[in-house]
Amino acid sequence: MNKINTRNNAQKWLSYRKSPASFLMYLAVNIAAVITICLLLFIVIYILIKGIPHLSPQLFQWLYNSENVSLMPALINTILMLLLSLLLAVPVGIFSSVYLVEYANRGNKMVGLIRITAETLSGIPSIVYGLFGYLCFVIMLHWGVSLLAGAFTLAIMILPLIMRTTEEALKSVPDTYREGSFGLGAGRLRTVFKIVLPSAVPGILAGIILSIGRILGESAALIYTAGSVAQVPTSVFDSTRTLSVHMYVLASEGLYIDQTYATAVVLLIIVVVINALSGFVARKIGREN
Amino acid sequence: MKNHKEQIFKIIFAITACISIVSVILICVFLFVNGVPAIGKIGIFKFLLGTEWRPANDIYGILPMILGSIYVTAGALVIGVPIGILTAVYLAKFCPNWLYGFIKPAIDLLAGIPSVVYGFFGLVVLVPFVRDNFGGNGPSMLTASILLGIMILPTIISVSEASIRAVPDHYYEGGLALGASHERSVFFTVLPAAKSGVFAAVILGVGRAIGETMAVMMVAGNQARMPDGILKGVRTMTTNIVLEMGYSADLHREALIATAVVLFVFILIINLSFSLLKRRIN
Repeated sequence: MNKINTRNNAQKWLSYRKSPASFLMYLAVNIAAVITICLLLFIVIYILIKGIPHLSPQLFQWLYNSENVSLMPALINTILMLLLSLLLAVPVGIFSSVYLVEYANRGNKMVGLIRITAETLSGIPSIVYGLFGYLCFVIMLHWGVSLLAGAFTLAIMILPLIMRTTEEALKSVPDTYREGSFGLGAGRLRTVFKIVLPSAVPGILAGIILSIGRILGESAALIYTAGSVAQVPTSVFDSTRTLSVHMYVLASEGLYIDQTYATAVVLLIIVVVINALSGFVARKIGREN
Repeated sequence: MKNHKEQIFKIIFAITACISIVSVILICVFLFVNGVPAIGKIGIFKFLLGTEWRPANDIYGILPMILGSIYVTAGALVIGVPIGILTAVYLAKFCPNWLYGFIKPAIDLLAGIPSVVYGFFGLVVLVPFVRDNFGGNGPSMLTASILLGIMILPTIISVSEASIRAVPDHYYEGGLALGASHERSVFFTVLPAAKSGVFAAVILGVGRAIGETMAVMMVAGNQARMPDGILKGVRTMTTNIVLEMGYSADLHREALIATAVVLFVFILIINLSFSLLKRRIN
């Protein structure tokens, strides 16, 4: 930004003295930025200070009981939930973007419809997903409040995210790659699987990482679909609680405030790791282009 | 043989592409089939404009919740929009490069914090803060608005920043050439040019605020009565569903699903205006 209009501080002050309105605007944007950063620092540091002293080994014991308030089962359930819902959503998301980018003709009515529905899906609040999952998977399909019902609900929820990021990744693969592949005699299918998808991997990965973040933080969609049993499930039809739901239950019970802080710290750490990962992938994409 | 494979996969791709359409249809069908009959039984005006929600007496009016959602969202906008847009301006036009490398990831982190963590933070920090400084019980419309205002910040910042950056540099340069200061150029030429993108950011923020459930539930007080004053508790449509779904039955449950239908219609309207705006940008 400073390429065009570089001024030293003395010049800046001179111009502000001539036009106080500019100074006010300068002040306003700086104050806003300071507020935003302070809010973030306050939230993060507050939770870290209150939580880290309570990160005891007790908290990571294998089984949950009201003595140790262990978050280990919830952590394992979160990973199971992540794997299961990604397993459901990622292939569907990738395949449908392949259809949109590689197969559908320009002006195809279906494409417009798919875009609109994907956009609609991404705007629906998680509680509506939760209610839908409850009505469809839990009640109508008789799966009960279970890991599977939760995973299906989450899979629908993250589908638009994966579709959008994969679509962008596929679009950014240069057409010369495809032409080269066709020129060597490969069919469309082989081109998609051997040429286009492999070069779009970083972009797809970025979408998956974003989805992991979304699943990790989700609670409203899971309370009535996956439930809140604090045990590692023995089958996909058992009720489970993920880390976010676990934290919600602890916070609303209000009996284990210290452990709630500690759980919040664990969640924050995972979020930081995921953000760092996605930043890393984004940089990698940036370097390649 | 090879041609078969091509055809089969083409069909598989097409089918998976339809899954998002099917999902939207399914969600609509399940909500409307389960919710709309209840609206019919209660009476559409009694349901939408009824000021009392007393499931024990079979009185289901969701006006308090609709107003609750609207007020809390409006409050969140009052807090989140000015700070968000100004921060976006700072990031796009004022921030030195070395600082940007710290602030941008920080805002991404703000976006990634789970809503339960926000809710818990609101419960242990904001609720006592509001109680001590403004009076009332603590859990209130004001508390929920502040918390939601913080939660929509990252959405508003990143979308507005992108749209401000998308404004061609010669707008800014033209402003400078006419003798405007850096600030005046940014505020009176670049920002107006990015108007529709900034509006889109605000609409996204509205969608996020109106759909937020867990964080609001932890700080809003959740009394199912007409909102009266910013220091009194409110209940939003989202929290109404979560709070009572667990033990509801029959008409009560259908009324809750009907609440979700109303919420869904709100969201559809918001989405529609967002895509209209987006089309205008393009």
